[in-house]
Amino acid sequence: MNTGKKKTGALGRLYMALIFLFLYAPIVVLIVFSFNDTKTMSRSVWSGFTFRWYARLWEDSMIQQAVWNTLLIAVLSALIATVFGTVAAVGLYRMRGWRKKVMMNLTNFPMVNPEIVTGVSMMLLFVFMAQVFKLGSLGLWSILIAHVTFCLPYVILSVLPKLAQMDKNLYEAAQDLGCPPLQAFRKVVVPQIMPGIVTGMIMAFTLSIDDFVITYFCSGTTQTLPIYIYSMTKRRVSPEINALSTVLFVVILLLLVLTNLHGAKEKKKEAPAR
Amino acid sequence: MKQTKKCRARRLGAALLALMLFVPVCASPVQAEETGKAAPDTGVVINVYNWGEYISNGVEGSMDVNAEFTRRTGIGVNYTTYDTNEAMYAKLASGGGDYDIIVPSDYMVSRMIEEDMLAELDFSNIPNFQYIDETFRNPAYDPENRYSVPYTWGLVGLFYNTDYVTKEEAQSWNVLWDEKYAGKILMFDNSRDSFGIAMKLLGYSFNSTDLNEWQEAADLLVQQAPLVQSYAMDQIFQKMESGEAWIAPYYSGDAAILIEENDNIAFSVPKEGTNYFVDALCIPKTSTHKAEAEAYINFLCDPEISYENCSYIGYSTPETAAKEMMDPSITESDVYYPSEETLANTEVYVNLGDDLNETIDGLWAEVKMGGPGQVGELIAILVLFLALYVGIVIHKRRRRKRESAR
Amino acid sequence: MKRRHLLTSGPYLVWMVLFIVVPMAMVVWFAFTDNVTGAFTLENIVRIGDYSNVFVRSIWLGALATVVCLVLGYPLAYLIAKIDPKYQNAIVLLIMLPMWMNFLLRTYAWMSLLEDNGLINNFLALLGLPRVHMINTSGAVVMGMVYNYLPYMVLPLYSVLVKIDGSVIEAAQDLGANRVQVFRRVIFPMSMPGIMSGITMVFVPSVSTFIISKMLGGGGNLLIGDLIEMEFLGNSYNPNLGSAISLVLMVLILISMGIMNQFRDEQEEDGGGVLF
Repeated sequence: MNTGKKKTGALGRLYMALIFLFLYAPIVVLIVFSFNDTKTMSRSVWSGFTFRWYARLWEDSMIQQAVWNTLLIAVLSALIATVFGTVAAVGLYRMRGWRKKVMMNLTNFPMVNPEIVTGVSMMLLFVFMAQVFKLGSLGLWSILIAHVTFCLPYVILSVLPKLAQMDKNLYEAAQDLGCPPLQAFRKVVVPQIMPGIVTGMIMAFTLSIDDFVITYFCSGTTQTLPIYIYSMTKRRVSPEINALSTVLFVVILLLLVLTNLHGAKEKKKEAPAR
Repeated sequence: MKQTKKCRARRLGAALLALMLFVPVCASPVQAEETGKAAPDTGVVINVYNWGEYISNGVEGSMDVNAEFTRRTGIGVNYTTYDTNEAMYAKLASGGGDYDIIVPSDYMVSRMIEEDMLAELDFSNIPNFQYIDETFRNPAYDPENRYSVPYTWGLVGLFYNTDYVTKEEAQSWNVLWDEKYAGKILMFDNSRDSFGIAMKLLGYSFNSTDLNEWQEAADLLVQQAPLVQSYAMDQIFQKMESGEAWIAPYYSGDAAILIEENDNIAFSVPKEGTNYFVDALCIPKTSTHKAEAEAYINFLCDPEISYENCSYIGYSTPETAAKEMMDPSITESDVYYPSEETLANTEVYVNLGDDLNETIDGLWAEVKMGGPGQVGELIAILVLFLALYVGIVIHKRRRRKRESAR
Repeated sequence: MKRRHLLTSGPYLVWMVLFIVVPMAMVVWFAFTDNVTGAFTLENIVRIGDYSNVFVRSIWLGALATVVCLVLGYPLAYLIAKIDPKYQNAIVLLIMLPMWMNFLLRTYAWMSLLEDNGLINNFLALLGLPRVHMINTSGAVVMGMVYNYLPYMVLPLYSVLVKIDGSVIEAAQDLGANRVQVFRRVIFPMSMPGIMSGITMVFVPSVSTFIISKMLGGGGNLLIGDLIEMEFLGNSYNPNLGSAISLVLMVLILISMGIMNQFRDEQEEDGGGVLF
């Protein structure tokens, strides 16, 4: 929206500042108190500076295991969902009429259904499966299936628009020139829809890493990082949890700065070429 | 538009975790060197499901019991926690997880025995059972002592902040209903313990089978709800220590942290009587590593380990051999090892049977939502929503017609 | 041709049926069967009536959070859309930054702020003002929802507002509309799709949350999500009743989605796949 008036008024600035205060105050508090040298575990009384909680975090083998599980599941479910979703999107793209409508509704359903209902329903199925197929406990396998399932729609919905934008003639031209369909798909279609695939994969990966609610119901004895954080908040809370938050936040911030710097550089490279 | 932004953002989160992944890789070799004489890794990992704050975990110079077990036996431990018997039961009953070790309380042990959820223990794998005191063997909840080995025991009592609450007041459960302390009261976040307090206050047994008595207790709890700051379990540590709450009923063993580390927190056992509990180590029927789980039970029964463990967590050990190693100031304390006189006024929870359990669960949900609801309300909501939906559809149709008519 | 798209989308169809449709069918199955005998029963559905307060509270708090998000988020999105485009990306990034932190941690952070002896109250006391009781109230729960889901409101609003052509506004002004009229007649109607998707994105997770109420509501402000969790993995195990509650929640959400979709642009619906 470009109304010509670019300066934000003092009131507007104040308003934005207040919103940012609201958004960042809790995070700042978390970070500050991760250095609090307290014996009573108080979250609001400052009593000296320490790195103790970081050292303890470092030694905590449970957290390391949880991080490992989280990453393993995220990588696997992102890969599976991306490959599976891309292939499905190609099929969906060709569909027409009521078939397409049914498939699109099926794709949209998990996105609008409350997470907790999805989680609970999957738990019922997995428990049933575990009993019938003697799969033992719910665990990595059930989390993986659940994550692939809720990631698939996101992959499909980011690939479909790219397919729509694609130049159909190219694919046909390749086939006319004697290229077998599979190769034509790989050499002609995939490169064109690549941005959509990448976007879908990244979304799947981050959704998987961040998911708590569905994982909570499908996790069995396996702990992922969000599950572990949840159990931490239920116990006698130590500032270790603040330290964990700080580490997470700092890494995010670093990555953010890095990608932005990288982006800026690329832009500069592009600029003279124009 | 929005999606790409979100993605860009989320990509960072992912990379962050990728970085964290390298932390454990770098850290592990050092630890391996320290424990040179460790038993070879058996490759077996047992799933232990225990209460939160219920094992010595290596903090502040205490023994890391799980790590020590792994070092001695080469069996890995995947340790997870729950915060109430009922939640643990739900997780097992739903089939949501196969555990090798669980630590239910007495009444839950008998419920699980009745429902055929526990495996019979092979006591030849648990020679250290010999150290368990005679009084803890063949308990009422497991009469032939086939399914369980006592882990710790204790009482339910009142923790209170001496700056605000007098010792006299804390001698009765009534203080939890005192409006003076509105908003400073914590209450158990599980049905059995909360109802227990109300039942004792009414002068009934914990194990009453009279539905009216349970209903009365529920009414009492509903009455209390506005005064309650929060229904909590292990969060009480933080809330009591920071002075956020002043009175909280909880388990005596936690005095080890609450009283020892805070001068202004005291513990009392109210005169109306209280619950005496034993938490026991059990193996669920679904366990796939029963022998290893028995090795774990045996390890925990080693008097030396029991001593280390109970000294840290504060709950009372059922082993005289372990008790003798402890400081007399602890073993002579009425909090940790209550006198016969105190124990005389206690009662054990007994499993109440499916029907009553379900009724109490329903009553408990009622307490937490502040009284029973009305079917009419819910139907009204659904109808309202549907009416709104239909209304909008019709409105739009009409408008479209009008527009096309133009 | 026909066979080929069966080959590509067939497995997907099977997967979704197996892991989305079948589980939903199981929820329905559980909702209508007895937890002991497995026989057909309506008892679970009837028993939900006992929990009507929880439904009323959830919908009320969820709606309140949605309204607050809209009231707070609209001016913010508007302001961002008006800023120099050079800085817009950075500001949007800053709005989203807190979202990349695990939401359990974010919610947990509010506990230390809102407590009776928490930082806000300590600060008030320092200024000589009276302390305010905040934690474990329904207000705190709404605040937690607003905090967690505000970006979901701001982002769609912003992406709609930023696309509004400045010349449209100028045209309106040239035709004699004052600032209020421009907003009411031009900007607001044009941002309607953003408002609708914002409302949906805030309302659905708010109504079904089970962590925020637990952490900031003190366990006394039971919401539908808490109830479902209680029946499945919590203090009163009864998956049949839990399924019945889930079913009602789902129906509620789907109806409200239907209502929202009525406000959407017709053109969007042509894309196919918006429910109903």
